[in-house]
Amino acid sequence: MSTISDYQNNSAVENVTQAIMAAKSHESYNILISLTEERALAKAREIDANPKKGKLAGIPFIAKDNFLAFGASTTAAAKLLETFEAPLQAAAIEKLEAEGAICIGKSNLDAFAHGGSTENSYFGPTKNAYDQSKVAGGSSGGSAVATALGIVPFALGTDTGGSIRQPASFNGVIGVKPTYGMVSRFGVVAMASGTDCIGCFTSTAEDAELVCSIIAGKDAKDMTTLEDYFVPTTIEQSLKIGIIKELMTDDVDQSVRDAVAAYADRMRAAGHTVEEVSLPIIKYSLAMYYIIVPAEISSNLARYDAVRYGTRAKNTKTLTELYGKSRHEGFMPENKRRIMIGSYVLSSGYYDAYYVQAQKARTLLIKAFNEQFSSFDVLLSPVAPTPAFSLGKNTTDPIKMYLEDAMTVPASLAGLPAISVPVGATSEGLPIGVQLIAKAKNDALLLAVAKSLEEKL
Amino acid sequence: MTQLSREDVRGLARLSGLVVSDDEVERLRTDIGAILTYVKQLDELDTSGVEPTYQVNNPTTVWRSDVVEASLSGDALVKMAPDSTQNQIKVPKVL
Repeated sequence: MSTISDYQNNSAVENVTQAIMAAKSHESYNILISLTEERALAKAREIDANPKKGKLAGIPFIAKDNFLAFGASTTAAAKLLETFEAPLQAAAIEKLEAEGAICIGKSNLDAFAHGGSTENSYFGPTKNAYDQSKVAGGSSGGSAVATALGIVPFALGTDTGGSIRQPASFNGVIGVKPTYGMVSRFGVVAMASGTDCIGCFTSTAEDAELVCSIIAGKDAKDMTTLEDYFVPTTIEQSLKIGIIKELMTDDVDQSVRDAVAAYADRMRAAGHTVEEVSLPIIKYSLAMYYIIVPAEISSNLARYDAVRYGTRAKNTKTLTELYGKSRHEGFMPENKRRIMIGSYVLSSGYYDAYYVQAQKARTLLIKAFNEQFSSFDVLLSPVAPTPAFSLGKNTTDPIKMYLEDAMTVPASLAGLPAISVPVGATSEGLPIGVQLIAKAKNDALLLAVAKSLEEKL
Repeated sequence: MTQLSREDVRGLARLSGLVVSDDEVERLRTDIGAILTYVKQLDELDTSGVEPTYQVNNPTTVWRSDVVEASLSGDALVKMAPDSTQNQIKVPKVL
């Protein structure tokens, strides 16, 4: 792993050249869908020649391939967008570039970010940074592995239900899912607009603070964005931490529960109070998520008609046939499954029973969180029920794959900030992270906690 | 168990603008049925009198002045289309 400060004394050209070489030497992990080598080097030369330096001058990074970016295609890991050249860049990339950071490549993901292992990619799975027979996690698997292997000091990802936190846990890096609305989604391929968040992977909490402070803020092009509130902080007093009881059941791998207990001990040793809390409704979160999110997916993915952009099916005679066949050929099976579930729960006769019921249940979940946050500063839980699993293990049973998200979707549905912090490893050496959740807009508090406990290591 | 027929699956595919092959239908029927059964556990919750939350941060209408701003050129957009002619996007016959 590498930190931003490791790069700050080198020229931008040296940094970019080194990062591209590192990316090429790790090809067996299948981390990147494309390299933006030419553009990155041109940018690097520009930065080296410019005496005015931004906060991330010459620092290389990688963006998940659902961020629109110049210099390469933006595929969302789907055949449908295989040759799509974005006409604009994502707001988050623009902000990082304005501070001198340089995007060197686009990382692999589950197609359209639908999945928890990066196995649903048209370009094949990404391998875990610690064991190539295990999954990278997902959907932002490529960005997590790139950070874990030190190819770049930070990478961008998206997290709709755990897609940053879970791969961060599986690869032993920090993963930040900010409060809903902290970072503009403009220029990012939409999955479920009600929970889609942009965040980052880093090797230290301090680097995550720097990246978050640059990408946060209001954007007229994403009406859900909040005024910039993100200010890095430090922990000056003892905090009250709650371990979520319902996420520590026997179904959770013992190694994962041990990691949570170890982190709780570290918190106690630092003078914080740690208690068990109960949120009985949390066990319904996954059911809410797999109604609300497919509904929004079916709506958001309706735009892929292969008319204005995208790869068209050949030899179609009517417009309806063109849509249907292009979407059939361009989407992965999981994309189709989710679109069709969405169509089902939104169709007349089922709308109230599924979609509205899930949104009402979501209100109850938010209420339960709010009640806990009246007495607790931070909630602690596992990130996922297991460490990284074997490639192919969960690909035949969608529900088994969905259960991977059970611990990350609650914060997504409630719009809360949540981070994954590396804590330990299994006896086989697979990393395990823990999840910290706070009240909306308390993103900086979470990173401060991670930072304070990191320093005491 | 939520049981879907093969015809239900084809209907959903039509609604979704998707063509599904015959061998996909059976797999989708089982998978979607299982997922719908799983999510149905929400019926256990009493939500009477509870308002749904469609958006967590209550966005309000964002206003801007009615002024023309720079945007992508028409040429650049047509260039993205898989098929075009005379600077227009080309599609199969509609009528």
